[in-house]
Amino acid sequence: MVAGLIIFLSVQPVAARPWVEPQTFTLDNGLDVVVLPDHRVPVVTHMVWYKVGAADEPPGKSGIAHFLEHLMFKGTDEIAPGDFSKIVARLGGQDNAFTSQDYTAYFQRIALEKLPMVMAMEADRMANLRLSDAVVMPERDVVLEERSARTDNEPTALFSEQMRAAQYLAHPYGIPVIGWRHEIEKLTTEDALAHYRTHYGPDNAILVVAGDITAAELRPLAKQYYGPVAPRGIPARVRPQEPPQLAARRLEMRDARIRQPIWQRSYLAASYARPGQGDPPALEVLAEIVGGGSTSRLYRTLVVQQGLASQAGAGYQGDSMDLSNFILYALPRENVEIAQMEAALDAVLHDIQQNGITEAELARAKTQLVASAVYAQDSQQTMARIFGAGLAVGRDIAELVAWPDNIEAVTTGRVQAAARQLFEPARSVTGLILPASFAETAAAKAPAAPAANTSGKPAEETP
Amino acid sequence: MNRLARIGKFARLRVWVAFLLLAGALFSRPAMAVDIQRVVSPGGIEAWLVEQHTIPLIAMNFAFRGGTRLDPKGKEGLGNLLSGLLDEGAGELDAAAFQERLEAHAIQLGFSINRDSFRGSLETLSEHRAEAFSLLRLALTEPRLDPQPIERIRAQILAGLALEAENPNQIASKAFFATAFPDHPYGRPLHGRPDTVAELTVADLRGLQAAQFTTDKLLIGVVGDITANELATQLDAIFGDLPAHAETAPATSAAPDFTTGQTALIARDIPQTVMMFGLPGLLRKDPDFIPAYVMNYILGGGGFNSRLTEEIRAKRGLAYSVYSYLVPFEEAGLYLGGVATQNARAGETLDLIRVELERMRDEGVSTDELDNAKTYLIGSYPLRFDSNAKIAAQLLGIQLQELGIDYFDKRNDLIAAVTLADIRRVAERLLEPASLSLVAVGEPDGIPAPEDPPLP
Repeated sequence: MVAGLIIFLSVQPVAARPWVEPQTFTLDNGLDVVVLPDHRVPVVTHMVWYKVGAADEPPGKSGIAHFLEHLMFKGTDEIAPGDFSKIVARLGGQDNAFTSQDYTAYFQRIALEKLPMVMAMEADRMANLRLSDAVVMPERDVVLEERSARTDNEPTALFSEQMRAAQYLAHPYGIPVIGWRHEIEKLTTEDALAHYRTHYGPDNAILVVAGDITAAELRPLAKQYYGPVAPRGIPARVRPQEPPQLAARRLEMRDARIRQPIWQRSYLAASYARPGQGDPPALEVLAEIVGGGSTSRLYRTLVVQQGLASQAGAGYQGDSMDLSNFILYALPRENVEIAQMEAALDAVLHDIQQNGITEAELARAKTQLVASAVYAQDSQQTMARIFGAGLAVGRDIAELVAWPDNIEAVTTGRVQAAARQLFEPARSVTGLILPASFAETAAAKAPAAPAANTSGKPAEETP
Repeated sequence: MNRLARIGKFARLRVWVAFLLLAGALFSRPAMAVDIQRVVSPGGIEAWLVEQHTIPLIAMNFAFRGGTRLDPKGKEGLGNLLSGLLDEGAGELDAAAFQERLEAHAIQLGFSINRDSFRGSLETLSEHRAEAFSLLRLALTEPRLDPQPIERIRAQILAGLALEAENPNQIASKAFFATAFPDHPYGRPLHGRPDTVAELTVADLRGLQAAQFTTDKLLIGVVGDITANELATQLDAIFGDLPAHAETAPATSAAPDFTTGQTALIARDIPQTVMMFGLPGLLRKDPDFIPAYVMNYILGGGGFNSRLTEEIRAKRGLAYSVYSYLVPFEEAGLYLGGVATQNARAGETLDLIRVELERMRDEGVSTDELDNAKTYLIGSYPLRFDSNAKIAAQLLGIQLQELGIDYFDKRNDLIAAVTLADIRRVAERLLEPASLSLVAVGEPDGIPAPEDPPLP
């Protein structure tokens, strides 16, 4: 879930103030810097976030953002191939990197006194990456093995990939971050360098340092190491956007390895970075109430009261740059007619649309969400990720800081309105993964009646 | 103008290193010190506490020794089922009421089980600590174990077992332990099997509750916004009603015999061969444990810096991940490793791993490798203490392993004292290629099938 900064939980409203106040400044070359002080131990988390992710890749080059992330460890004029992590380790640090649809980030966790060294190294590879086929080709094999291990070995992971592909008709969010295998296989050194030259520069990056340091201490270091890196002149992030979804989509996947069927549904949903398309704080509260835990509507109804599912829940992450999605899932119990389970689930959604939620549910959901911002304070990395990811998708820092206030402001009426807008059958994608031998009668049939249906339009089947 | 700014732009790596020594001066802060208090309640319950009042949170980690070793044979999965039921109703509160109380106060309470202990973890905002401690007491002393939650959680566990059955890593791990410890609880599946889980009864659960939750098996670590005095009082309130020891001692198992040198192939239609391999390892109290830990960092524990990663991933692109690690159970030590590679090159990958084990045994490590390993292991130790949750886990860990309350202060000296000769000695002691056991899941080329595959 998205978590921002906490307003100190005080009984006196006048005493309320942000629990941690992020300190920010910007270098002349465009590098945005965020400092999140945490002085408990003399350790820092140093992260550089590039505002480019898998969804910014050229057509046919899926996986290049992630592949370049691997290759960023392959050396510069100063650092021999493969030495980057070895040097960090010799400094007593840990390092890694990760890629999402919207950003690519590199980090080191290290003792404060070693921070200048990793800043020097990170600034160096921002400008001076050197690649050759000799190091790039074996790494492409590594990425293919990574894809096998994460996705191709597991039918449930392949199913999730198919669900996303079905959800996004035009937007590149439908393409997996790691890439399609047939496209990864053809990526080249020049593809990686082209991606690097287009997107990696201080004017397209955010430096986040969390830990035992202040902005006053960091500023001269940032100027010294990152200051000399020339801006690239970064192109605008223009991505194909989704057309309106007019037809419900249905998927069924069968796999001999599957023993436990899984039912899933997703709806396109607004993100914080694109608030005009919906009400993200209300959607977060809605996700908590519909499927956030064992007091949630879905769990209570499908698992506890009706015994149709062994698990059921919901998830919504509003932290993407473009339209996000709102996910519902359930694991049908043995011998349960899946269509019956789906109808019961739709009835839960329909009830919220018609009758709303209770004040007690609202209060519980808000408490959970707002507390998550306090729990986040215990981890430098969590804090650095909240701000790095938020800024990388274009949110502003004041909105991230105000997140708990924005959750507190949600009303029962807003949650009901969000449910009415969201749970629209024509805008749903419903998927099932089943054992190869699963009986036809229980499987692919759509529910007999479209229970949760504000428009009255029956769900359509998409082959 | 500070000292750093005068140094100017770096030119070469060795300049950076020199510069680094200077950089230390800017940020001279007091060295990390973890101030552990041994808190003993009036009733005699002991906990180790690190007070930390900057963030209004409290983290408590605790364990009862026992774990799945207390699952009777034929009732595998009993402890796991119990761990899923403690927050499903206790005292006057039924399951829904209990869960609502947790959520209304944003209290995070969880229980889990492993091969040596039954674990609990409680995290709360300090303003809700009274409620949190009260719910924890109820969960441990008055769990209701109502029929409806039992059936519900049983169904969840069965669904989980069905999902595990399609996961190649889970398949490999279960087969490995079953093969390694055919006659000891360590060989049994942590979450049970569908047939055993289906048969577990409330009487079984009550029996385990009595055997497992006794204060003679209890260890506690607490970090956060609470004073030693208050914790002392709370310890009695939470744990004071538990019996000091079980009425009947659980049947103790014989020290496990690790069956070595086995190969099991499990055919699965997947693009990779997922392998788990292992050798006998060391108990945590073994004097060679620390040298073995350093050796393993160099061989397969050091992530991007290990020999296995260098040979198998960096040079040849054979795998995304290859690793080894020491597993010091209470009654047996294991030295385990894993890799996943394309089926066509599984045999080649396994051969490379064997070569590295032999090279380590025959040649040991270089001075540079040892120095680099020590620099990392010593320099990165503070990274294990940068959050309340991590410190609480460390406090519990050193108690479970009986390392002493001063271990945090001694640990880096123990690493620094390891010599090249120590590494040679433990390498010769541990790395016996003929003892290597292997489970391979997939359609591997180049790994001969055993004549009589010991499948679980």
